[in-house]
Amino acid sequence: MRLSVASGKGGTGKTTLSANLARIAQHTVVLADCDVEEPNAHLFLKTSDIEEKVVSLPIPKVDEALCDGCGLCSKICQFSAIVTFGTAPLVFPEMCHGCGGCALVCPPKAITEHPRRIGVVEISQAESITLITGRLDVGVAQAPPLIRAVKEAVPPKTDAIFDAPPGTSCPVIAAVRDTDMVLLVTEPTPFGLHDLTLAVDMVRDLQLPFGVVVNRMGSGDRRIQAFCEKQQIPILLEIPDDRRIAEAYSRGILMVDALPEYRSLFEDLWKTIRQSLN
Amino acid sequence: MKEWVIISGKGGTGKTSIAASLAFLAGRPVICDCDVDAADLHLVLEPDVLEEHEFRSGHEAVIRPDDCNGCGICQDLCRFKAIHEEGRIFSVDPVSCEGCGVCVHFCPQKAIDFPESLCGKWFISETRLGPMVHARLGVAAENSGKLVSTVRQEARKLAEQNGHDLILVDGPPGIGCPVIASVTGASQVLVITEPTVSGKHDLERVLGLTRHFQIPAAVCVNKWDINPEMTEAIEQAAKEAGAAVAGRIRYDRDVTRAQIEKKTVLETNAACGLDILSIWKHLNA
Repeated sequence: MRLSVASGKGGTGKTTLSANLARIAQHTVVLADCDVEEPNAHLFLKTSDIEEKVVSLPIPKVDEALCDGCGLCSKICQFSAIVTFGTAPLVFPEMCHGCGGCALVCPPKAITEHPRRIGVVEISQAESITLITGRLDVGVAQAPPLIRAVKEAVPPKTDAIFDAPPGTSCPVIAAVRDTDMVLLVTEPTPFGLHDLTLAVDMVRDLQLPFGVVVNRMGSGDRRIQAFCEKQQIPILLEIPDDRRIAEAYSRGILMVDALPEYRSLFEDLWKTIRQSLN
Repeated sequence: MKEWVIISGKGGTGKTSIAASLAFLAGRPVICDCDVDAADLHLVLEPDVLEEHEFRSGHEAVIRPDDCNGCGICQDLCRFKAIHEEGRIFSVDPVSCEGCGVCVHFCPQKAIDFPESLCGKWFISETRLGPMVHARLGVAAENSGKLVSTVRQEARKLAEQNGHDLILVDGPPGIGCPVIASVTGASQVLVITEPTVSGKHDLERVLGLTRHFQIPAAVCVNKWDINPEMTEAIEQAAKEAGAAVAGRIRYDRDVTRAQIEKKTVLETNAACGLDILSIWKHLNA
């Protein structure tokens, strides 16, 4: 079973949900932190045996002795990553998507590809949780290839929870694609509802089964419930607005460890998810 | 002309509520929402849209099935696993396609079209607090960084034409493509964080980014009293990273109430309005 946890709005509790759900699982589970720009799940788990893999994208390098300045490379490149001014081309590595088009199209074969590091994938163990974290290098723009590398590091046929970045654009899509179900976390406020509607449009577009989790229930109003009822979207869990949860979170302590009375919420959520997937 | 960008690293720390309040205090700045894939500022400012523009960016490969001879070269060359095959019939998955055009160029039958993609819309609006440039990225669309650049460019044009001396930008979370597009060349960045382990971790990365692009940064801890010790530690880390400390904002449930009433915090009697006022003074000092 592959679950993803997403939200339009940031800071609604994606990591809280993912990490508590992983912690309460009765079996070994992979927690894949796909928020590679700002990964946080590791802050809530005591991890050991960290193994790190560097992730790179292939970028072009031009052999000026072979280049005849024909400019075909700059013509095929859609991302302005290789540009010619009648002479040997200039490469802008930060723009390159690594499609390989320039090297393929170059008649004198003057272009070869070399890896450019974009970040790392860290694999570690926290009791029964295998944590796989993607960490984008600061200054690198492209998160999706690193997110794909995180997903490729998840062993097949294991239960896995994918903690997605906020938003609704390409990094989120890279994280939630090919999962069996998406949990959309939101909060009962106007911003929460607005961004939930965007996230619902996204998962419907991708044709993925999904349900909603409302966090900080009681801090706003009941607009999320009204929306979900109208749209016939199941609300799978409501987490109350409790300052003790926020304080435990601030210190890096999981809700189910700090406040055991909340364990049953997550145990019930596992059951609900299993039922709805069967 | 100054351009101040409000970012956070971690999402949900209060960027939009604070941006709206600063816009109120600034006295008709140009307001710019660069969180194009989950924009919320319009929910508080209720803009009257004056202009609506389509945002076209990049291309998308589309195979014409009648002209495809099923050779499969496109699939071999595609690095994004975007070409699917069902019984020698090939098609492009638009969600995976990055628009690189390699398949289009190398198809021996020239059976692949490459139309421009409609990625979203951007707007010029009037609000009670000043003119506003904002956008909406299409569902599951790409090129958010380019849409951010478009929105900022239009805001700059508007400020120049009408003689505004401040552009206030509500930025996206994270440190990747749309954030880089939001901050490069800005006069100052205000980073909103929260006193949590995540807030501290994410702040350190986002200050790495502002240093990388050499943009002056000021830091503000929102809901500071949730964890005063963490607030101290964050302010210390910010100073060590070369950022200024702009101030603290108390935890105040009235922030949500203001949002429900579609008001900026400063348009209500919420106590934390005083904290935002002192941050505004710091930024102008």
